[in-house]
Amino acid sequence: MYAQMVDTGASRLRSREEMDADEQAFQARIDDGQKIEAQDWMPEGYRRTLVRQISQHAHSEIVGMLPEGNWITRAPSLKRKAILLAKVQDEAGHGLYLYSAAETLGVSREQLVDDLHTGRAKYSSIFNYPTLTWADIGAIGWLVDGAAIMNQIPLCRCSYGPYSRAMVRVCKEESFHQRQGYDLLLALCRGSEEQKAMAQDALERWWWPALMMFGPPDADSVHSAQSQAWKIKLLSNDELRQKFVDQTVPQAEYLGLRVPDADLRWNTERGHYDFGAIDWSEFHAVLKGNGPCNRERLQARREAWAEGEWVRAAALAYADKHAAAERHSQAA
Amino acid sequence: MKDWPLWEVFIRSQHGLAHKHVGSVHAPDAALALKNARDVYTRRNEGVSIWVVPSAAITASAPDDKAALFEPAQDKIYRHPTFFPVPEEVKHM
Repeated sequence: MYAQMVDTGASRLRSREEMDADEQAFQARIDDGQKIEAQDWMPEGYRRTLVRQISQHAHSEIVGMLPEGNWITRAPSLKRKAILLAKVQDEAGHGLYLYSAAETLGVSREQLVDDLHTGRAKYSSIFNYPTLTWADIGAIGWLVDGAAIMNQIPLCRCSYGPYSRAMVRVCKEESFHQRQGYDLLLALCRGSEEQKAMAQDALERWWWPALMMFGPPDADSVHSAQSQAWKIKLLSNDELRQKFVDQTVPQAEYLGLRVPDADLRWNTERGHYDFGAIDWSEFHAVLKGNGPCNRERLQARREAWAEGEWVRAAALAYADKHAAAERHSQAA
Repeated sequence: MKDWPLWEVFIRSQHGLAHKHVGSVHAPDAALALKNARDVYTRRNEGVSIWVVPSAAITASAPDDKAALFEPAQDKIYRHPTFFPVPEEVKHM
């Protein structure tokens, strides 16, 4: 997902008897459906895991602006350009909501940004793929944001108050992202043969990376079990992936596009689509930094940060100067 | 370089309603905090007015004091109108 394979620091899930009194009370609050707030006591593992998960989510929103930003100046009409600008601005906003939520856990913005730029923190594998044609902008909205919604809707109910409130805001805005992508592809699919071929090509390139976004099967993962006990992960990766496939395949059929999976078929018995095996070696390679665009993405972020340094410094100097002048005039 | 200070953002969604906390932004001063809050939190007509307050200026009650602060109100049910039965014959009160 936007946060993939989050390490909880747990080697196994501990029973209630093994927890100390504080941890037991904490787990009881979570089991009771209460929200944890920033000032409340929380186990160090819960805090650290949330910082990892929320910051990875935030970094994904920020890095996610890059593949789409590539097409702002090349959008085919003023209408599409205005829509894409609004969408990319939303992604910046989502990143900022999430950084704020992470900062309530006692980590500074500077540290978070630094972790991204030095490669200590991860962001979603999906943003390391290139946007080669205009149809890719449609595929990102429809598939990538569609997959993100699958994951984020349950997170609105997660146990950490600031994270859950950020997710509510994000989800309100995300639906626009998915619909504009589908609308874009619908226009291409109703257009010339060439335009339809472009949409088909985009689906073929984005389908499998979109399925990988949910992460490897984690039903037996100790981290997943711990995160579920803490209610910062509500559904397993495979459950979310299945929901996504079930929802998306009919939408592809409506577009008249072919999903690039020979094993894809409706299973009446299960009431779900069966689908082919995912190439997890590709996922792990991308996560390790060897996807098509990993280096380019990080370099773009580092350059943007470095080139903005003088603006941040100047604004702070200006604020300091005026605060000093005000103190001076009050003293006089 | 050190981070810009943190500001808490409060938005009045409609005339007549109270400002409500929506999140926070970093900004070097109050004027830029307002501008950033406008960009981050009001892209879809969410508000008619914004307050920004330096996060450091907020004093919050401690979670450990929750019982001392709020439990005394729990057994004073007579503070609620529903404590008092209104005779059937007295229709509106």
